[in-house]
Amino acid sequence: MTAPPAVRGVRAAARIAAVPDGRGGTALPLLAGDGPLALRRTRSAPGWARVTVVGAMCAPLGGDRLALDAEVAAGARLLVGSAAATVALPGADGARATYDTNLTVGRNAELHWEPEPLIAAAGSDLAVTTRIRLTAGARLVLREIQVLGRAGEAPGHLTSRLTATLDGQPLLEQELALGPGEPGWDGPAVLGGRRAVGQLLLVAPEFIDAPPNVTRLSADRGDGVALVTPLAGPAVLVTALAADGLTVRHLLDRARPPLPGAA
Amino acid sequence: MTAATHGERRHPARAALLVLADGRFPAGGHAHSGGAEAAVKAGRITGAADLEEFCRGRLATTGLVAAALAAAAAAGVDPRALDDAADARTPSPALRATSRRLGRQLTRAARAVWPSPALEELAASRPRGAHHSVVLGLTAAAAGLDPLDAAHAAAHESVSGPATAVVRLLSLDPFHATAVLARLAPQTDRVARRAEEHALAARTGGTSALPAASAPLLDLFAEDHAAWPVRLFAS
Repeated sequence: MTAPPAVRGVRAAARIAAVPDGRGGTALPLLAGDGPLALRRTRSAPGWARVTVVGAMCAPLGGDRLALDAEVAAGARLLVGSAAATVALPGADGARATYDTNLTVGRNAELHWEPEPLIAAAGSDLAVTTRIRLTAGARLVLREIQVLGRAGEAPGHLTSRLTATLDGQPLLEQELALGPGEPGWDGPAVLGGRRAVGQLLLVAPEFIDAPPNVTRLSADRGDGVALVTPLAGPAVLVTALAADGLTVRHLLDRARPPLPGAA
Repeated sequence: MTAATHGERRHPARAALLVLADGRFPAGGHAHSGGAEAAVKAGRITGAADLEEFCRGRLATTGLVAAALAAAAAAGVDPRALDDAADARTPSPALRATSRRLGRQLTRAARAVWPSPALEELAASRPRGAHHSVVLGLTAAAAGLDPLDAAHAAAHESVSGPATAVVRLLSLDPFHATAVLARLAPQTDRVARRAEEHALAARTGGTSALPAASAPLLDLFAEDHAAWPVRLFAS
């Protein structure tokens, strides 16, 4: 007698490559969606290419292994967003899902990576890894918003590792481990009872000589706070905490320092 | 682990660990609250229960990172690479400055207590002070301690500082504050062991193998606190 094969999650790897088109614009020689990660080229400002990640099915479910890679060659300019929030849901067997994003940004290239929020639904277990490799002279705007549980729901379990290197040297290493089972995550040192957290990472060579000041903002309404911190390298991290994802997004928009030298 | 290697772990230098981890070790740590002063002012620590949750979160985040950096330094990973790794794991400029100040003060104490060429080399390459956790790891090694000992010292310090500070800030009963530390002791041990595993992985995998657990409110408290004109603790 043969046991039925174990239920395996979806494995998908989508890829984007952006290069200068030689006429002052940006071409996309590679735009390859896969499984639940469908990619669409959408309208953009002159000089830029814009890609929207369209969730073609509900993902990630427990056990899924998703990967999204983007390479922005020297001199190219790429903007990536998503059509809707990503909702992590529990799988049939309680397995962890993974979502890996690998971003490479070349010299004088610019990448804006601003997906819609990630929501960790009750019972879900997702490990997000974002690796960013920058070459000196690269510019980056990266936004992440994470929400623990849908409205009125218990939080899922979410770990999110963010690694950025500049010419191979570490620029930012952060990991948030949130949700049931993580010691102290909800307490007065980590989220303090808030259910949404967001980060905005900005990188530009000009930040080395002209870093923005440390700034703290409170939400216009409701409970929420944002902090602008210049990093040790040419980068700025904005962190926002609030009761919900929308407030986090507004805080990040308000706190966002301009990217110097941006086109 | 075999019984033999376990046996070798019977710490010939255990007393040195007690000296290093003693709150009275003259490296200036007693002047820092680890974010507790700002958390008390923000109304987020009002008693022993909040203090415990604060310490639990601090231990799992900055405590784990500090313990892994200290263990990696004691395990022989390049201290300058670890110092850069500590910068990348510390987005708050106030916390970077505090860590370097504490590193400078510990270097001065270690110079007299357990002199070490490795520490002098690091101090020469980081004139504004190296990060405290890295200095702590090199100091532990100079004292004859192993990476796990260094991790224990860092993990313990990540919670003993706030607990001691809250006794003064809230007039909390010292028995209750110490009971918090005792209840956290099993987690402190687990954090130290995890830190050691990461440190050994970093010997071959580089500093990206080290944990980077972050605590957004600790960053916020540190920046709030640094902007106050008058305060009881230095951080």
